[in-house]
Amino acid sequence: MIYLQLFFEFFKAGLFAIGGGLATLPFLSDIADKTGWFTHGDLADMIAISESTPGPIGVNMATYAGFNTGGIPGAVIATLGLICPSIIIIIAIAKILDKFRKSPLVNHTFYGLRPASVALISAAGIMVVKMALLDMDAFHASGNILDMIKYKEVILAVALFFLIKKFNKLHPAVFLAGSLAVGIILRLGGA
Amino acid sequence: MPKLLDLFLTFARIGGLTFGGGYAMLPMLQKEVIETKKWATEEEVMNYYAVGQCTPGIIAVNTATFIGYKTCGIPGGIFATLGVVFPSLVIISIIAAFITNFAELAVVKNAFAGIRVCVCVLILNAVVKLFKKSVIDIPTAVLFIVIFIGSILTDISPIIFVIAAGAAGIIIQTLTQKGKSEGGKQA
Repeated sequence: MIYLQLFFEFFKAGLFAIGGGLATLPFLSDIADKTGWFTHGDLADMIAISESTPGPIGVNMATYAGFNTGGIPGAVIATLGLICPSIIIIIAIAKILDKFRKSPLVNHTFYGLRPASVALISAAGIMVVKMALLDMDAFHASGNILDMIKYKEVILAVALFFLIKKFNKLHPAVFLAGSLAVGIILRLGGA
Repeated sequence: MPKLLDLFLTFARIGGLTFGGGYAMLPMLQKEVIETKKWATEEEVMNYYAVGQCTPGIIAVNTATFIGYKTCGIPGGIFATLGVVFPSLVIISIIAAFITNFAELAVVKNAFAGIRVCVCVLILNAVVKLFKKSVIDIPTAVLFIVIFIGSILTDISPIIFVIAAGAAGIIIQTLTQKGKSEGGKQA
């Protein structure tokens, strides 16, 4: 029974969260209130964990809540519940797109959608830059604009930029692994 | 390798290397799906991203379903999606079972401060590539600038931007084509 409930609650979150990223958050918080499967503290921890593990936060939270409630089957069922609406809706849309691929209306829509999508990704990218390369706390504390820059990180970013340009045949995972090592050696997290 | 297994494994690889949400998935998609496997073109991935942003569900999941469906029909959509969530399922189950203060560990903090720097650079490269394909004339440049600034400075939901941009695309293209055909008649 608990499995059915897990599936249903995360199915709802997957159905109503639109826009990705933290859009699942209000629904997860609602699940926390209603079921007690996890606390709001767990949810905050999960945001931190999701930032430092691969995978979307919604999927991570579903897995975490499912695991705590019903072990590995619980984790699988909660995650399936979350992704089920996406699979159904996207396949329906993909079918329609297939049918109307040649339609000027679809092409005209995408002519406008593509730059919008790049703009939204760029804006999200700025957030990542802020988190990775800038130290807003130090800037607010001292008021000195030079304190805002994390120098070691910026040097690493510039080095990566040129390395990726030069060795663009390599898989991005190589550069991720390299940065992970540099982060630990130079204690970039300050820990 | 059977195509469905290939889809599952490729998307599992992408899911396992995507740190920091749906947008960070883009560099991996470009490498694996567009360059190596040639399952979709740059423009198609862009279209899927745009649709994924204004439909329910997680963008990474939506994009995986799209590409899987396009490659191998409904089973393809299901296998690609299961692939993309598989690493999360394994990693989070392990963390939930064994590690209570994972995000507080010093080595984790330092490692991810490094990884984030790399994610920045990868996203930048991905965006530059997409920019060249999507911002192709003055109207698309205007759309880009307005939405970029709008989404940084305001709290307006991305859904609104996506819907407005789709409508703008229809209007702009219809007007320019009308202009062209009328111009043609006069000449």
